[in-house]
Amino acid sequence: MAKGIWVYVEQRDGKVKKVTYELLSGGRKIADSLGEELCAVLPGKGVAGLAAELGEYGADKVFVLESDSLENYTTDAYANAVADLARQNDPTAILMGCTVTGRDLAAQVAQKLGTGLMTDCTEMALENGQLVFTRPIYAGKAFVKASCPEARPAMATIRPNIIAIEKAGRSAEVVSTAANTGDIRQVIKDIALQISTRPELTEADIVVSGGRGMKGPENFKILEELADVLGAAVGASRAAVDAGWITHSFQVGQTGKTVSPVVYIACGISGAIQHLAGMSSSKCIVAVNKDPEANIFKVADYGIVGDLFEVVPLLKEEFKKILA
Amino acid sequence: MKIVVCMKQTFDTEAKIAVDANGKINKQGVSLIMNPYDEFAVEEALRIKEKTAGEVTVVTVAGPEGQDALRQALAMGADKAVLVDPGMDEIDEFTTASILAKAISEIEYDVLLGGFRAIDDGSAQVAGRVAEILGIPVVNVITKLEIADGKAVANSEIEGGSQTVEVALPAMFTAQKGLNEPRYPSMKGIMQAKKKPMDKKVLGDLGLDAGQVAPKVKAISYFLPSARAAGKIIPGEPADAARDLVKALREEAKVI
Repeated sequence: MAKGIWVYVEQRDGKVKKVTYELLSGGRKIADSLGEELCAVLPGKGVAGLAAELGEYGADKVFVLESDSLENYTTDAYANAVADLARQNDPTAILMGCTVTGRDLAAQVAQKLGTGLMTDCTEMALENGQLVFTRPIYAGKAFVKASCPEARPAMATIRPNIIAIEKAGRSAEVVSTAANTGDIRQVIKDIALQISTRPELTEADIVVSGGRGMKGPENFKILEELADVLGAAVGASRAAVDAGWITHSFQVGQTGKTVSPVVYIACGISGAIQHLAGMSSSKCIVAVNKDPEANIFKVADYGIVGDLFEVVPLLKEEFKKILA
Repeated sequence: MKIVVCMKQTFDTEAKIAVDANGKINKQGVSLIMNPYDEFAVEEALRIKEKTAGEVTVVTVAGPEGQDALRQALAMGADKAVLVDPGMDEIDEFTTASILAKAISEIEYDVLLGGFRAIDDGSAQVAGRVAEILGIPVVNVITKLEIADGKAVANSEIEGGSQTVEVALPAMFTAQKGLNEPRYPSMKGIMQAKKKPMDKKVLGDLGLDAGQVAPKVKAISYFLPSARAAGKIIPGEPADAARDLVKALREEAKVI
């Protein structure tokens, strides 16, 4: 008897990623409709203290998978531990965030369990008692609605910033289990995290992006200043990345990251189809471009036709006033 | 060193997508390219081949049209190509990975490479599944790969940074942009590619049947996103426009 909607808790150094709370909030509704438990799966070392907080966001139960070999994420250790726990408990579904780690882990766990996986989903719903996921294909130029009708657990990774976080204020039952991490073949030699005071691009509520109109790497400073006033992340179009002005990890678009912030501010970005694919699910799009014919104005909710080097610093001052 | 690259032909990044009368994605008249991430994988394979006097085999699961991407890889310098036509109406990543793994298990390999995702279905899971079926480790989203003494050291992207990972070979690696600059096929390469072996198989040739690799995930429907309507252009001098825009974001859109 399969039971339980599972949410994988993504954490690094004891800090839970926001997408985990989003999945718990969305998973709570699914679990209630199915009359099943919502379970958080928390692998790591010294992470048991995070369990209480997961109850607040809706988990009925938290499986704490403790092991020294789970201190840093490795594909093998995490996939073995999660798949082993799933084999013992036979859940209905496993949800993970569509992050770099979530994608990596989900594929291995799905294959270990011989089941189906739908990735980067932007919607999940119950239709006739069946979990149905909607996911973008062709980088958002089309969507497919799909399900995993027979194999269990049904697995999906959900795009960050899609589900609104709602606290449920439960106190979760904590089940601590020794993790079965198996043979770990990836040896982590070094971890280099970029020190940034800005939020992660895919998680940010506001993104300030620059394109060819930035004219050079030095000019990204004005976007960073605007971003810092807004608590925003900085992004870029492929044109700016290909010109070598900013590294690929900032690229938004079909061959970069897909973002769904509340506000996306496109500066000097023409709006090529490849860029639109990565940001058109943003709630509100703002464009600043000196070319009134630029494609970006066809999708923007608000636009200013003007010189970004003049407009962006003015916007920064105006935002400062209202956010002060 | 024997290198196998899993690859795929995809729609061009500039392609407009439409749904046909049967409710499926319309493939008529769409120009096809090698998945851009697979180009990085092919290039990396060729660089390893050049350093180690190796051999590169490219493998795809596709209908006959998939040959074009394989030929491009051969023209870049790959030695052999394998195309497995599943001959099935509906497939998923489980199907593709099961077939690829079976085809690869018949080839000698030290290094497996693939793009970290394809730009069409963007699912980023086939390579990982193939590694799992073959019982070898995977390192995803790499931007650097060094191979020596039966081991590989890769830089792989993680949330907010990167890490250096060591694995013993054989292993699977998936390529991210930044790994290398793919070469263009030379005229000589294109001519030579025509004579290189292209092994076309069907499931039966691999001892598989459609039931064994039946998809786990079923598509219910395809649809296009509702078009975003163009919004307002805020008029006026820059200072006035900036002030009015911020006001609109706060009071009208209520997003700031």
